[in-house]
Amino acid sequence: MARFLEDLVGPRVPAEELRNHRLRYATPTFILMLARVLLLVSVFLPYWHMELEAPQYPNGLFLTAYVNHLTGDVREIDGLNHYIGMRPLGEAAAFERAAGVWMIIAMFLLVEGAAFVHSKWAVLLAVPAILFPVMFIADLYFWMRTFGLNLNPDAPLSAAIKPFVPTVIGEGGIGQFKTYAEFGNGYWLAVGCAALTIVGFVFHRRAYKPLADRLRGGAAIERRS
Amino acid sequence: MADTDRPNRTIQTFLTLVVAGTVLGFLASAADAQQEGRRRRGGTQEAKPVELAPEQVSQLTKIANERKLNVDDLLAAAKTYTPSGRHDEYVLFSSGGQSGQIFAIGVPSMRLLRSIAVFTPESWQGYGFSGKDDPVIERLKVNGTLNAWGDTHHPALSETKGDYDGQFLFIGDKANARLGVIDLRDWETKQIVKNPLTISDHGAAFVTPNTDYIIEGGQYATVLGYGYALPADYQKSYRGMVTMWKFDREKGRIDESKSFAMELPPYWQDLADAGKLVSDGYFFINSFNTEMATGGIEDGNPPFEAGASKRDMDYLHIIDWKKAEQVFLSGKAKKINGFPVIGLDTSLAEGLLCFAPEPKSPHGVDVTPDGRFMVVAGKLDPHVTVYSFDKMKKAIAEQKFTGKDVYGVPILDFDAVMEAQVEVGLGPLHTQFDNKGYAYTSLFLDSAVARWTLGGDFAKLHAEQPWKLVTKTPVQYNIGHLCAAEGDTVSPDGKYLIAMNKWSVDRFLCTGPLLPQNFQLVDIEAPGTTMPVLYDMPVGVGEPHYCQMIKADKLKSWPVYPEVGWNSHTQSLDPNAPKKGEEGVTRDGNKVLVKTLAIRSHFNPEHVEVNEGDTVTWRITSAETTQDATHGFCIGAYNINISLEPSEFVEFTFVADKPGTYPFYCTEFCSALHLEMAGYLHVKPKAASVSDAQR
Repeated sequence: MARFLEDLVGPRVPAEELRNHRLRYATPTFILMLARVLLLVSVFLPYWHMELEAPQYPNGLFLTAYVNHLTGDVREIDGLNHYIGMRPLGEAAAFERAAGVWMIIAMFLLVEGAAFVHSKWAVLLAVPAILFPVMFIADLYFWMRTFGLNLNPDAPLSAAIKPFVPTVIGEGGIGQFKTYAEFGNGYWLAVGCAALTIVGFVFHRRAYKPLADRLRGGAAIERRS
Repeated sequence: MADTDRPNRTIQTFLTLVVAGTVLGFLASAADAQQEGRRRRGGTQEAKPVELAPEQVSQLTKIANERKLNVDDLLAAAKTYTPSGRHDEYVLFSSGGQSGQIFAIGVPSMRLLRSIAVFTPESWQGYGFSGKDDPVIERLKVNGTLNAWGDTHHPALSETKGDYDGQFLFIGDKANARLGVIDLRDWETKQIVKNPLTISDHGAAFVTPNTDYIIEGGQYATVLGYGYALPADYQKSYRGMVTMWKFDREKGRIDESKSFAMELPPYWQDLADAGKLVSDGYFFINSFNTEMATGGIEDGNPPFEAGASKRDMDYLHIIDWKKAEQVFLSGKAKKINGFPVIGLDTSLAEGLLCFAPEPKSPHGVDVTPDGRFMVVAGKLDPHVTVYSFDKMKKAIAEQKFTGKDVYGVPILDFDAVMEAQVEVGLGPLHTQFDNKGYAYTSLFLDSAVARWTLGGDFAKLHAEQPWKLVTKTPVQYNIGHLCAAEGDTVSPDGKYLIAMNKWSVDRFLCTGPLLPQNFQLVDIEAPGTTMPVLYDMPVGVGEPHYCQMIKADKLKSWPVYPEVGWNSHTQSLDPNAPKKGEEGVTRDGNKVLVKTLAIRSHFNPEHVEVNEGDTVTWRITSAETTQDATHGFCIGAYNINISLEPSEFVEFTFVADKPGTYPFYCTEFCSALHLEMAGYLHVKPKAASVSDAQR
């Protein structure tokens, strides 16, 4: 059992080894620690913006998505959306928004944990954080598509505006509105976290693979003798 | 060594991470804010330095020649033209005269921004068209009778330390001696008070430097408290008055219970102005008809116009209002028609009132920005007479009186209090000031604006001799009041002046026998003799009297009401405002309550069924939060139209006494589906209930 656990979390670094190669072992830890901080900070920043432009809104209408809430001219956009029969934005991604912060905290702890696991299994802990940016876009697309394609057929402008898939990123348009959507800095921090995590694992492998091999070799010799 | 080193390293690493994370976070937030700033852009084009290419010069020249414009006209156009989306530097709040309204006009563009209904019901603003017990109609009633118009004369912006603060606006109704209070957060009239002593007034509204009181001077003497007396008893029974309305800034209302009046001789008191800085605590009122002429042209007597203009001198009333306030607070006021009035005898005993002689039937009295001089315009005398406040105080202290009037009011020695007389021209009426040591006086008979120099500390500001006429600019025609930018405050701005001309004659296209008035924008920026007219603005509603010009950035107007369900009368969220999900009709006996939510482009409910004779209370909340998304709500045949500004809550009540089916609809073109924003009120006839039962 202890053996299994040791295989799972990998070897601990002997004190002397650490003294001699401090940089080798500190680098992956530092990078992973930094990566997880980026993810945590991203909670406070917008992940996605959409600006809607129309002649009668000289200052534009704005929608800003955070991992846990939606801000901006939600009320006005909902009001306009009712003309085409789109459901209120508040009904979209309710679970994701409720769980968002907890998911980020979980990913934060998992990446932190990965820094202390010195085996190849560490990467499993970091998979959610690495995939998170992709999952975010996929989820956003899913909801935009669901909302855009399921318009209430009894809405005032049903005859004029047919179901459509709103543009998730970049320029789109509906009626007299032009839409511009882009990622916010929160999203870019999450991407940064994913990228740093991957880089961290390059150094992680470089540091612990040889150590594990060496220690396993040593252990084999010990057992043999 | 290694053991102590290790925890330190861990802490160091941890701290590095925290700092790095925080820094990154801040950078990201800053970038975010910047990004947001880039994205929030208006639809207005940016100004670029002008450089005219030769072909543009020839184009401009061609247009100017075709339109018969000279170079001064082009310069005037350049000084006033305001491109789309660019905002004016000043807002002019003008009385609307007999329209009972106030007009807000942008300066220098001279574009009408809005009207504000005060004394006259106005349907667009939904002012006075909300059925039974309409609060507007109730407050327009004078002694129980609807007086549905007013003769607005003098607007007064609220002041703090003698400077406009942009919070409130007051205006007097000459015809009915009323005062309106307007909140400049939502530009809506909140209160109207009726003077309990006098039928009509003229000297309202003027504020004390911190808007503690609003001064309402009278005009045509009557028997105070709406009494009755024939002209034979004029001297005995008729009286003038001035009322000090206490303003409660916190509540945004006049507090009638803390207000008082002062009885004055039956001279026809005219305009007033409060002292400021050194003269704070005093105010000054002009008067005419100190002759106490009682007219009677029909009996062969001299008419008022002659009888009231006989004497060479009338009386400038000098009133110590801070002392008067103490006298009132100490309970020495008597009650007339239930309102506290400091009797003339008390005023004299307490030394609250004295007179200074002033030349012949004057009109305006205006205190200079430093509070040291009072400028009285002669009307029937070609001079403005300047009084020194220091000299007044000295003369009062030394009892330099030349006598008393028939009511025992002491009259100061004219030469002891007069500082200067400046011959400005014929028919001087009103004076305002700029920031360069000049005063500007309107000349009614000369149809001109006179610029003249002030003395005292102001002499340092200009190159000319003090108390001298500098120049006159003709205006078209018959100028009444004038108004310079913040020109009656402690810190005038100069720059712009408005000549409020009574006659326009040939200035505009003929509009039938009733012609608009002419507001002329005068450029007073350059010192000396240059003072051109830049723009003529026709005012085709009512006959405005006075206006005030405030720097636009002092106004903190709400773009929309702060919360959905806002009651604009209480300026707070109304607990009765229907919320989403509460829409519907409920009945209690013959009382019906309708709760409606309005949002583009529907009312909910759309069908309301009541019985003939029901009393219907209708509550509507506008669920809009977007600027300019205003709705209206009207029921034809029931004389109901209300304005539902974004987030506003409105309640009204009417008796459904006319059976039938009545469409109601949104009267503002709120959206593409505005016509569809409608519904039906079904008032079931009394007889029909029987046939319904049979069915």
